[in-house]
Amino acid sequence: MEHVVIIGNGIAGVTAARHIRKRSDKKITIISAEADHFFSRTALMYVYMGHMRWRDIEPYEASFWKKNRIELIKAYVETVDTRNKTLHFKDGGSINYNKLIIATGSVTNTFGWEGQELNGVQGLVTKQDLEKLEKNAPNNKECPRAVIVGGGLIGVEMAEMLRTRDIEVTMLVREPAFWAAVLPKPEAEMISQHIISHGVDLRLTTELEKIVGDAHGNVKAVITKAGEEIPCCVVGITTGVTPQISFLEKSKIETGKGILVNRHLETNVENVYAIGDCAQQREPIGQRPPVEAVWYTGRMMGETVAQTICGNPFEYNPGNWFNSAKFFDIEYQTYGWVFSDKKRKEYEAQFHWECTKDLRCVTISYHKENNQFLGINTFGIRMRHEVFDRWLNEKRSADFVIQNLKQANFDPEFYKKYESEIQNQFIHQFENA
Amino acid sequence: MSTIQRNMSLTGEPPKTINTQQKLASAIGLFGLALLLLALLNVNFPNKSLWLTASLVAIGAGTVWFSIAAYAHKHEGIKNDGVYFKSLTSKGFWAWILGISLTLFYVLLYWFPQYLGLGNNGDNTDLVALFDPLSRFLNGGPASQWFVYGTLYTLAILAFGIKFILKYCHNKYEKLRTYSVMFFQLGFAFLIPELMFRLNNDSLSLPYYDLKNIWPLNYYNFEQYRVDQFISAGDIGVALLIFGVVSILIITPILTYKYGKRWYCSWVCGCGGLAETAGDPFRHLSDKRLIAWKVERWVVHSVLVFVVLMTTAVVHSYLGDDSSKYWLTKDVFLICVAVILTLVFSGTFIFKREALQKDAQLAAIGYFVIIMSLIGLHYFAATKLFLFNAETLRQSYGFLIGAVFSGVIGVGFYPIFGSRVWCRFGCPMAAILGFQQRLFSRFRITTNGGQCISCGNCSTYCEMGIDVRAYAQKGENIVRASCVGCGICSAVCPRGVLKLENGPLQKRIDSNEILLGNDVDLMNYVNE
Ligand SMILES: Cc1cc2nc3c(=O)[nH]c(=O)nc-3n(C[C@H](O)[C@H](O)[C@H](O)COP(=O)(O)OP(=O)(O)OC[C@H]3O[C@@H](n4cnc5c(N)ncnc54)[C@H](O)[C@@H]3O)c2cc1C
Ligand code: SF4
Ligand code: SF4
Repeated sequence: MEHVVIIGNGIAGVTAARHIRKRSDKKITIISAEADHFFSRTALMYVYMGHMRWRDIEPYEASFWKKNRIELIKAYVETVDTRNKTLHFKDGGSINYNKLIIATGSVTNTFGWEGQELNGVQGLVTKQDLEKLEKNAPNNKECPRAVIVGGGLIGVEMAEMLRTRDIEVTMLVREPAFWAAVLPKPEAEMISQHIISHGVDLRLTTELEKIVGDAHGNVKAVITKAGEEIPCCVVGITTGVTPQISFLEKSKIETGKGILVNRHLETNVENVYAIGDCAQQREPIGQRPPVEAVWYTGRMMGETVAQTICGNPFEYNPGNWFNSAKFFDIEYQTYGWVFSDKKRKEYEAQFHWECTKDLRCVTISYHKENNQFLGINTFGIRMRHEVFDRWLNEKRSADFVIQNLKQANFDPEFYKKYESEIQNQFIHQFENA
Repeated sequence: MSTIQRNMSLTGEPPKTINTQQKLASAIGLFGLALLLLALLNVNFPNKSLWLTASLVAIGAGTVWFSIAAYAHKHEGIKNDGVYFKSLTSKGFWAWILGISLTLFYVLLYWFPQYLGLGNNGDNTDLVALFDPLSRFLNGGPASQWFVYGTLYTLAILAFGIKFILKYCHNKYEKLRTYSVMFFQLGFAFLIPELMFRLNNDSLSLPYYDLKNIWPLNYYNFEQYRVDQFISAGDIGVALLIFGVVSILIITPILTYKYGKRWYCSWVCGCGGLAETAGDPFRHLSDKRLIAWKVERWVVHSVLVFVVLMTTAVVHSYLGDDSSKYWLTKDVFLICVAVILTLVFSGTFIFKREALQKDAQLAAIGYFVIIMSLIGLHYFAATKLFLFNAETLRQSYGFLIGAVFSGVIGVGFYPIFGSRVWCRFGCPMAAILGFQQRLFSRFRITTNGGQCISCGNCSTYCEMGIDVRAYAQKGENIVRASCVGCGICSAVCPRGVLKLENGPLQKRIDSNEILLGNDVDLMNYVNE
């Protein structure tokens, strides 16, 4: 029987396993060093905040794996010998495979700062990171203040977590507004305000110089590039993630930033595939970055590779871009492409609407010349994925989208509707122009 | 694995989240409760109206102030911080204390009302006597243990309803539905029946009737003494009796078709009302395991069969044999029941076979056969009805289901099993509405394409123990018999994935419309 071995029990690896099982009788083994069972990495924060227990963030019951004949091994793969099709574990032992799927995800990105090895300096990516945070910042007596370096999605989650335990949080952000590298300016500013309103000391255009420790090797303070010293007990490093490929150094598998794959998610070595956060497309697809570290692309790659492995060669072909996040209380969804000021294409025009309470806004981006709808960012108003996906495929005009915005509303029943306000402003904008 | 979990909650000592104002508010609320306790312990208050008012106001005001202190300074949004760290909401010490106290109260209420102070002929003492003034004011008579219970129940729904509204102040769906349960509890369950009682005189004697309490939840609605009262009360009584029959056979199917069972379970019903307000802090304790779902389907449908049998038996027992006296004789009645059941089941099997899951089909067939054979048995052999005596059936139902299940386990165990144990495992009304909802309703929870990140908030906070995430992460709509449409899964979802909607029946469950993000061709393969 063909043996498919998957390194990594994250969303990518587990989706691949599930779909291979659906379509075949192959032997399936998943190896991971992190946790016994698949859990939702995106939900780590809720465990620390007391919304859920660990077992609540595991999407499948423990019996699921046995029932579906998916074997689980808890071990760290140290070397991959593609010639003998063997994986060697760190604690000894090895396993042979016929087909190998690498789905090892990401690790925290660091920049070689002085003091980054001190106790109390940590990222927030793994289960072990969560346990560390529980130890480093159990409450505001042990940890009166934390500094978070980097203003991205994980940074804001970490800030929210710490604030639920009344720990003072200072956030160092290189850009002039929170997540301004991705969001258009008005949105980045609105979210910045919201973060501040939650008691976070948000330091914009501020960068980390180094981290200072005490005699016991614990964090004492950070020093910014401007020379300011901020005392703290925990330093959260949230300056992005990078593919986990260090264990492949000596192998024959070709890597760049991540593991290089073609559209079939095949690496340069036959019968070895890479999916999820750790994979890097040789040719970027559309406007997508070559390494996509988001949940649903991992899921899609898992589905795709399962087809290929089960004898139905399939190209990874993601449809329209979408994503979502939550910044404290403000939900964010995006469909299609809306670029930040810095990355904005020369043909891209943006229409922005904001409600008076500073809790909702919408940005619609469209083609300057032909009015084609390119994408939408929506904050505080839920919108329908299916509708925007259709409109993007149908290459609808911005006018059409604005006029039919009601169809896309996904807010709970009885919520206040803002479509006519948005429509009025859109029409008005052209009267003035 | 489990050691790590334990460690994590032990090392983590998040700050105690109760502030000074909350402490003061708790003190006031507890003072109100203490007054009731003193009354229970034989303290004879001199001015009962005054002390009763003081107690009820203190409990209500304490709760409301507590909620204001807890939520008013917070941002609009989800307020579940620390739920699993607090003893009361994570099955800790205080949860057990509360659970045991509530259970004791129910035991006294159902089986030892004399210890609450219920006297003969209105000669009340203790706690019940304390409520006499309010009872006299409303219905003209002395209080009973049920009046005490009704008053406290209503107070709980009102006070904790306000708490719930403050907690979900950003969510209009939650607010409206809470106003609704508060209104129905205060008006329909509490005031109207009391006032109706006042209308009774020598020529008119209506039974105590909470109009929104529909059979089979109101399992005693068609018992002889009530039916006699209805009939002897003339046109109004007969109208009420007809309303009782029409409610379950005509009104519920129509409303459930249009809005799902939520119109009743989380907008109108008193049991649901208490679960959604006072029970809200415990909603996450519901059991989400598959095995719990299995048990649920068996138990709740068994209760339904039980109540149908019991009611049939009871009604049968007081009907006559002589059709010249009254058209509805024992036999006609049995035939009616058989015809209705046959229509429902054959209709379901002809039109909705594929929608029923395998074991649900088996169960339905099994139960149908049992009911029919029991009826047949009687019809042809004419022995004692259903092997049991009707009165025995009635008493055991009242004891097992009416008291133990809905009261002691249903509410007493809120802090241990979660707030909707009764609604999920025991309520026959929920079983009927769920059946309607699963098969003939426009209601569903729509999943928003591929946005789910499998975080688990929805499943955790579903009081009915539905694993919402299992559907959402597959891009599948949620159409479950047990969903009471509380809307909390949608509220707590951090990615805007879930929406409660009424829509056309086509494509209601369609998992082919998965929009997980990949292109259409692949999805065709995946969905094969
Ligand atoms: C805090 C946080 C919040 C996030 N929120 C969102 C969000 O809201 N939306 C979104 O789209 N994305 C979010 N993401 C990103 C998303 O979680 C990732 O894109 C996704 O989890 C990647 O899945 P994966 O299967 O590729 O890898 P992973 O989930 O990282 O799984 C890889 C697994 O492989 C194991 N492994 C690695 N190397 C080895 C080895 N040599 N031997 C054995 N095991 C190994 C790892 O320990 C890990 O368990 C978030 C990420 C984080 C950290
Ligand atoms: S599925 Fe959602 S709406 Fe239905 S009962 Fe559960 S939480 Fe409430
Ligand atoms: S539907 Fe929402 S709450 Fe439920 S698992 Fe998905 S993202 Fe989380």
